[in-house]
Amino acid sequence: MSKLTIEELFQALVESAGEAETGVTPSDSLDVPFADIGYDSLALMETAARITQRTGVTVDDQQLIEAETPRQLLDLLNTAMSGQP
Amino acid sequence: MTRRVVITGIGVRAPGGLGTKAFWELIAAGATATRPISLFDASGFRSQVAGECDFDPDFEGLSPRQQRRLDRATQFSVVCARDAIEDSGLDPGQLDPATLGVTIGSAVGAATSLEREYLVLSDSGRHWVMNEDHLSPHMFDYLVPSAMPREVAWEIGAEGPVTMVSTGCTSGIDAVGYAVDLVRSGTVAAMIAGASDTPVSPIVAACFDAIKATTPRLDEPERASRPFDASRNGFVLAEGAAMFVVEEYEHARKRGAEIYAEVAGYATRCNAYHMTGLRVDGVEMAEAIDVALAQARMRPDELDYVNAHGSGTKQNDRHETAAFKRSLGDHAYRVPVSSIKSMVGHSLGAIGSIEIAASALAITHGVVPPTANLHEPDPECDLDYVPLEAREARLDNVLTVGSGFGGFQSAMALRAVS
Amino acid sequence: MSESAQVVGMGVAAPSGLSVEDHWAAVLAGRTSIGPVTGFDASGYPVRLAGQIRDFDAEAHLPKRLLPQSDRVTRLALVTAATALAGADVADGDLDSFDQGVVFANAQGGSAFTHREFRKLWTKGPAEVSVYESFAWFYAVNTGQVSIRHGMRGPCGALVAEQAGGLDAISLARRRIREGARLMVTGGFDSAFDPWGFLAQSAHGRLSRAADPRRAYRPFDRAVNGYVPGEGGAVLVLEAGSSARRRDAPSHGEIAGHAATFDPRPGSGRPSTLRRAIELAMADAGVSTVDVVFADSAGVPELDRIEAAAIEDVFGRRGVPVTAPKAGFGRLGAGGGPVDVLTALLSIRDSVIPPTPHTTDVPDDYGLDLVLDAPRHQRVETALVLARGYGGFNSALVVRGNAKEGQDG
Repeated sequence: MSKLTIEELFQALVESAGEAETGVTPSDSLDVPFADIGYDSLALMETAARITQRTGVTVDDQQLIEAETPRQLLDLLNTAMSGQP
Repeated sequence: MTRRVVITGIGVRAPGGLGTKAFWELIAAGATATRPISLFDASGFRSQVAGECDFDPDFEGLSPRQQRRLDRATQFSVVCARDAIEDSGLDPGQLDPATLGVTIGSAVGAATSLEREYLVLSDSGRHWVMNEDHLSPHMFDYLVPSAMPREVAWEIGAEGPVTMVSTGCTSGIDAVGYAVDLVRSGTVAAMIAGASDTPVSPIVAACFDAIKATTPRLDEPERASRPFDASRNGFVLAEGAAMFVVEEYEHARKRGAEIYAEVAGYATRCNAYHMTGLRVDGVEMAEAIDVALAQARMRPDELDYVNAHGSGTKQNDRHETAAFKRSLGDHAYRVPVSSIKSMVGHSLGAIGSIEIAASALAITHGVVPPTANLHEPDPECDLDYVPLEAREARLDNVLTVGSGFGGFQSAMALRAVS
Repeated sequence: MSESAQVVGMGVAAPSGLSVEDHWAAVLAGRTSIGPVTGFDASGYPVRLAGQIRDFDAEAHLPKRLLPQSDRVTRLALVTAATALAGADVADGDLDSFDQGVVFANAQGGSAFTHREFRKLWTKGPAEVSVYESFAWFYAVNTGQVSIRHGMRGPCGALVAEQAGGLDAISLARRRIREGARLMVTGGFDSAFDPWGFLAQSAHGRLSRAADPRRAYRPFDRAVNGYVPGEGGAVLVLEAGSSARRRDAPSHGEIAGHAATFDPRPGSGRPSTLRRAIELAMADAGVSTVDVVFADSAGVPELDRIEAAAIEDVFGRRGVPVTAPKAGFGRLGAGGGPVDVLTALLSIRDSVIPPTPHTTDVPDDYGLDLVLDAPRHQRVETALVLARGYGGFNSALVVRGNAKEGQDG
């Protein structure tokens, strides 16, 4: 399974939780805290749930809540994906 | 001179034994009533435990017509209202109906019936546009749940103010607070007030699954609700109801009524922060507590017991602990604080009223109910949560609080009446 | 001395208009905003007509983050509250956040949103249900979202009493002002025109099955045959008289009195309590009469007759002008009362009573001076607004202009 990119993650966030309108672009955002990008834990849960539906990949609830930046969330998702058969 | 408002009757339906007496015996014993969900097939759900009531409408004296017509939460309301009236010794027939009102709180109203009828109308979700041939004549009552206070008003012949308060998980405190305001202002002599919720249904369970608010713990269902414990990981969904006769003090005294407690103060605030999230500092709950205590002319250090919201989610229990410290200062470390949700779960809007019942009964019995399942406190929750075993104590001043979605924070102060 | 509750801002979202002036123009013109229900194919439904809001563009008015988490009813409440608060001209820092609260009525929850989530649950499974369903559905959602968006941390509340709830909410907000809050955002909203919500609304059998929008909802008419349900509501920004005076805020009028009563169980042989609600509300306002009555106008013969009798009992035969602008746009549930209060304040402002569209033939024995056909120009200083909720809820509210009295504190 191919890796999820930052652009794809952003697209999923926008589809699930709406555009944040904070002016942060995907390419600048990897290490910006989600709170500053404009997404809260509910937005991350909703996005993760939709990614799970699409890809079948699941992530641990606690790890999901603890992901503070897009890089951390991508690492989490991509590690989970690479572990998929 | 301000009119005083007292509780003279209580009716409870809570998990683990129906009726006020069974409810008190359960929580005074520190016993728990959470169990694997039996009201629907919960396999496939993240959380599969609940606090359920073994409610038998025939045994409860509901007519076949009432059983057909009324949503489960409304049925709970009606039987609790009957109990509360009987308990209070009030004869509604002796009252001018204009001086009697009803306020009932509920977070999700007739959710159970809505879901049942949805499945019928949509053929289990197959149809988006539905077939009216399958429309229940009672569907409007499920869409608009003010049917709940209406039914109770009809039952007792109330013709004063009647309404439903629906502020999510603080509904049970806010409904009683609403009634207290009306009695205090002289609008009515007495109110039937309380709250009811029967949310143990697939759609409500799915809502809390989605936001991971309910516990995913599958083993030891009786130990699933663990407020303030380091191992807590969510609340346990539950159902239940509690109703009260809330009455003007002189009115109660003149008819020789037994008084459980005076409702001395009430306030609600919102956090203006997040629909489901809480600020860690607890400042809005603290504000509600401060205002309720000021209204009651109660100093924080006079409190003998705090009945906590204690839902058992990570964020709530810390938020609340911070609020108690902010409002009560050093006394927060001395006053016993406990959560009965450890025993009967979290019945959303209803629990606020069930907790008022627990607080009033605690005053009457001189017993502080414990927090069950609390073996290893979270280091960030460092108050005296009365783990595992009830304590005997003279209780003159008791605080009960609630917190819920929408950011609502409510507090009510009860005082013993000698 | 107890504080007065001054209306310092207002906004409306109704089939009649999405701004105060558009709504007022439509109401004065007696325009029909009722039409065939849109959004799905209702041809198989017994009821076809509704008062729907046609041109509401939530995307143009709300942050995009709020859209996936909100039902239409909440979007209407959020946009209208923002407009009303802008009109109240409360600057940041004028008032402490703990002195500002929100009380709304809502009777039908977030219907369309919830319908979608029920369908996902039952066709795809629990994991498909949106995280936002946990609050987009519940009756308190509008209160919570408005308090968050505008940073209000004071007393909040949410009431359900079908059509009566909107007036009860305004009264609760007024009570909070009297207890010490300085600013309260209040009103009510409902919207349920997804296929499920619309069908559910028809279950009590009181909706009109007529096909002609001009003949479907004719309150107090001899030929009345039900009502048309609508969507929307209004927001009133109430401010304590002393606070409004301190910051020189102009007031549209005062919420002067209120009472709520409940009707006995049908078949009990006891009379309706609507008359008592009217008398108590007027006593609360300290008035012995009013200049106009905005009637509840149930559109059901028996209920229309009860309301006409209550008005006649209190004011005498044809003793007060009565109107029902909602005949033009439908009954809005929790939003109905607040829209009537807003319209009553405009009546006071412009010294004109709007007409009751569609109704032509009022039985003489009703004893009603119903304003028909055209607006009636006359001085209006006080107005009585009535709202009744399905099941027996009666709510009566008195508004008073403050041309002469000014803002007492």
